Amino acid sequence: MRLREVQTVPFTFDGVTYRGVVGETLAAALIANGVKLVARSFKYHRPRGVMGSGSEEPNALVTIGRGAAAEPNVRATVQEVYDGLEAFSQNAWPSLKADVMAVNDLVSPFLGAGFYYKTFMWPKTFWERVYEPIIRRAAGLGGLSGKADSETYEKAFAFCDVLVIGAGPAGLMAALVAGEAGADVILAEEDCALGGRLLSEVEQIDRRPAMDWVADTEARLHAMPNVRVMTRTAVTGAYDQGTFGAFERVVRAGLKACFWRIVAKRSVLCAGALERGIAFANNDRPGVMMAGAVRAYVNRWGVATGSRVAVFGNTGDVARTARDLTRAGIEVVAQIDAAAGARVIGTKGRHGLTSITVDRDGVVEQIDVDCLAVTGGWNPTVHLTCHMNGRPVWDETIASFVPQAGAVPDMVTAGACHGVFDTMGCLVDAAQIAEAVVKTLGMKPTPVDLPDADATPYVITPEWSVAGKGRKWIDYQNDVHVKDIELAVRENFRSVEHMKRYTTQGMAPDQGKSSNVVALAVLADVTGRGIPQTGTTTFRPPFVPVPIAAMGAGGAGMGFAPQRYTTSHEASVTAGAPMIEAGLWYRPSYFPADGEKNWRQSCDREVNMVRTSVGVVDVSTLGKIDIQGPDAAALLDFVYANTFSTLGVGRVRYGLMLREDGHVLDDGTTARLGETHYVMTTTTAAAGLVMRHLEFVLQVLRPDLDASVMSVTEQWAQFGIAGWKSREVLNGLLDEPIDDLPYMGCADITVGGVRARIFRISFSGELAFELAVPARFGAALYDALVARAAALGGGPYGMEALNVLRIEKGFITHAEIHGRVTAFDIGMDRMISLKKDCVGQAMSRRVGLLDEDRAQLVGLKPVGAVKQLSAGAHLFESGAEPVRVNGQGYITSVGFSPTLGAMLALGFLERGRARHGEVVRMVDHMRGLDAQVEVCDPVFFDPEGNRVRG
Amino acid sequence: MRINCPVCGERDRREFYYVGDAVALDRPDREAGLDAWDSYVHLRDNPAGMTRDLWHHEAGCGAWLVVTRDTVTHVVSDVVLAREVAR
Repeated sequence: MRLREVQTVPFTFDGVTYRGVVGETLAAALIANGVKLVARSFKYHRPRGVMGSGSEEPNALVTIGRGAAAEPNVRATVQEVYDGLEAFSQNAWPSLKADVMAVNDLVSPFLGAGFYYKTFMWPKTFWERVYEPIIRRAAGLGGLSGKADSETYEKAFAFCDVLVIGAGPAGLMAALVAGEAGADVILAEEDCALGGRLLSEVEQIDRRPAMDWVADTEARLHAMPNVRVMTRTAVTGAYDQGTFGAFERVVRAGLKACFWRIVAKRSVLCAGALERGIAFANNDRPGVMMAGAVRAYVNRWGVATGSRVAVFGNTGDVARTARDLTRAGIEVVAQIDAAAGARVIGTKGRHGLTSITVDRDGVVEQIDVDCLAVTGGWNPTVHLTCHMNGRPVWDETIASFVPQAGAVPDMVTAGACHGVFDTMGCLVDAAQIAEAVVKTLGMKPTPVDLPDADATPYVITPEWSVAGKGRKWIDYQNDVHVKDIELAVRENFRSVEHMKRYTTQGMAPDQGKSSNVVALAVLADVTGRGIPQTGTTTFRPPFVPVPIAAMGAGGAGMGFAPQRYTTSHEASVTAGAPMIEAGLWYRPSYFPADGEKNWRQSCDREVNMVRTSVGVVDVSTLGKIDIQGPDAAALLDFVYANTFSTLGVGRVRYGLMLREDGHVLDDGTTARLGETHYVMTTTTAAAGLVMRHLEFVLQVLRPDLDASVMSVTEQWAQFGIAGWKSREVLNGLLDEPIDDLPYMGCADITVGGVRARIFRISFSGELAFELAVPARFGAALYDALVARAAALGGGPYGMEALNVLRIEKGFITHAEIHGRVTAFDIGMDRMISLKKDCVGQAMSRRVGLLDEDRAQLVGLKPVGAVKQLSAGAHLFESGAEPVRVNGQGYITSVGFSPTLGAMLALGFLERGRARHGEVVRMVDHMRGLDAQVEVCDPVFFDPEGNRVRG
Repeated sequence: MRINCPVCGERDRREFYYVGDAVALDRPDREAGLDAWDSYVHLRDNPAGMTRDLWHHEAGCGAWLVVTRDTVTHVVSDVVLAREVAR
């Protein structure tokens, strides 16, 4: 029922249309419309209603929206109403009122803590296949849609001198003091409005309504350019070096939420306090609510939580709640003050509270009510102070935990979360603390006028659990009641951490915000220990649930991995080439010609084309590193196993790079462009790795070397032109003929006046060149090369053909140098020069790395009936059983060679170099292949290398 | 976590690439023997307390840094250029 006239918009809950006020919480709107039953509990499917008025709400979890945009487990006490909002209840079927699984509640005596562990033990294999799926369906909260989230999320960074967390009276005062002192301030508030509890209480500040002071203060903060006020922003975690996570619910069109990382030199935690309940029989019926929430609905939202309301509690809030309700015209039928010996011992009402049973010093009475406001006192919101392993400290005067000082470096607490519960105390506390904080920043605080506010002292008579029969609920979200804790203790789960895990107390999404302290008190009572000795469990981030979509904003879909395109990308796509990923790069797989039905036909044609005329391939993705300086040669001698200082200017050399542990890191060619100028190529896969390695060597291992390295991979477009007609393709295109360029030579040249580099190197075994131009000329050069090649009967070729061409020649890639391979294994150990030191040299000489029994690089070709070979297959002696203990090696690369008319493979075989000519067994258990293969030299084609010398 | 790069200033740890113990700075002579090399390449202390790590400011200036930090409190007490330490 609404207490005042308002403008409303339609929204729906479980398909029924109601009317709410834009900006009020869904919980307020549902209460205003008389909807009491809003959810079913997690385990027993008990009917539940709204309990609280903030993010700590345990009961009122709903799903907002439908389809891909649906968001489960949204707290109705946080969700703001808008025109057309669609909300749905969870964990109930077929409906909230007639939920079939409510049968769980009838058999609840058998479903206590640990029930699943004890019951569903046999047979063992049934747990995953049978029991767990059934239990998961029966017990649960909202479900994900299973579709990709269609909403847009953002992530952002912010920096400040002082982060003030919470904008109640303490937070507002702290932000004011820090702001006036000139500090760069961020004031983060979880609610949509500033004021904290003042939004929901009837209080005066300076003899005016407290919210007038809030409005004045807000205006002063907004007027300061050094103060940023962030509403709807919950600080979710405290991390190292003053870093905080914060989750902002955005209400702008096109953006749903933003996950902030805020870096603050200092922080003032003004997170307030959370109200706790009292455990009594059947205290979970819809209509039983926190007293502070009842006041929030009446005072802030103008919504009556009932027409006949009783108040039960143990602090001055009992009288305060009754006062506010009466003032709003709501009938208060009973004030039950535990401090005066009165207690609620039972409730009635299946889908909503109808009556309570009250015991006043032995006099039992049943009272008809439709709402019961309960308060067990307030717990300082210590959570963020515990995120870096701090433990809160028990404070007897407020019967709750307060933060441990210094638990988070450079964070202080003020106001209610500091254990100060009256408004005046909060203002004084926050002003003093903020002044001290700005002084530590070297700033001078301006004295602020402290307003006059309510200073009623907080007096509490601890009341945790009311004696008597029936289930007394503590953790509403995980359905934990007093008996569960008693059972845990009986079964010797007496430590707070054991009790928590056995009963699941505090392990629901609300992390037991309104229930943990009560549970600890009950545990302390049952075990006969005091609460301080019982201790607390650990609070961990996030303080409120954060969607993974917000934390990973920007990382979904294509944002997960950027795409790198070569300059020939458009031309390749236009030619119909399927593009395949090579790291972040995209490279053409093959270029289908008319009439070709599959990739193999295209690949075979492209291989034949290179072997018989000429082919063009984009090799720009290979890493290119420019190395200059007087010690450039010395650097290369140190990072390569072989020597580069002896390389002549205008020459290129193949180099092998080792890791310090003696295994192969990468390989590639390096050209000497000048006396002190080299350009190194790396494999596509290892480009970043090698660049980092060179920086490491220069800065950490050899800072004595005067050389500098620079990645120029993206600055140069580079194309391979391979085949005996390659010189013909280039002559006439280049400004000067290149007839004199020797094998493994390089030169600076020009193409149409553009500065270019040419290298006579080959990855195909044919006469071949690589031509590099500044990237902006890449597309034009590629088109020209392909056109000239086509005129000579050639054309472009893709990765499939490139792979076959190199396998025919026994050239290795990272399929072979996969990280567990030594120079010895690939037959290159003699390349390691001992005339100088290099990375990996010392360790490469370890006995185990030079053992003749090691698996060595070999070529393999089919000789039996099965002609198919496969990468990843294992090798065995011809007659051996193909089991793991008999394994002698494996295949790393395979391809069909149209040149030799057979499948060819490269692989590693124990003592392989001494076994050329032997027939071994290749078995691929995954693909069901079993073939006889002959071991041979890895160079299948033109072993003398006549063709490459042209 | 924040690291105060001597070149760029204080930056988020996401800009850095973590490598491991700064023992990498003390590379043995190639004739130092396999025990020395085994220790250099493979053996690392795992202290509860102060540790010296190598970090690479990969998404920043590219500097290799020696970071002194406490594995218990996560306090970063010193950041220097590896180049300066190595000299």
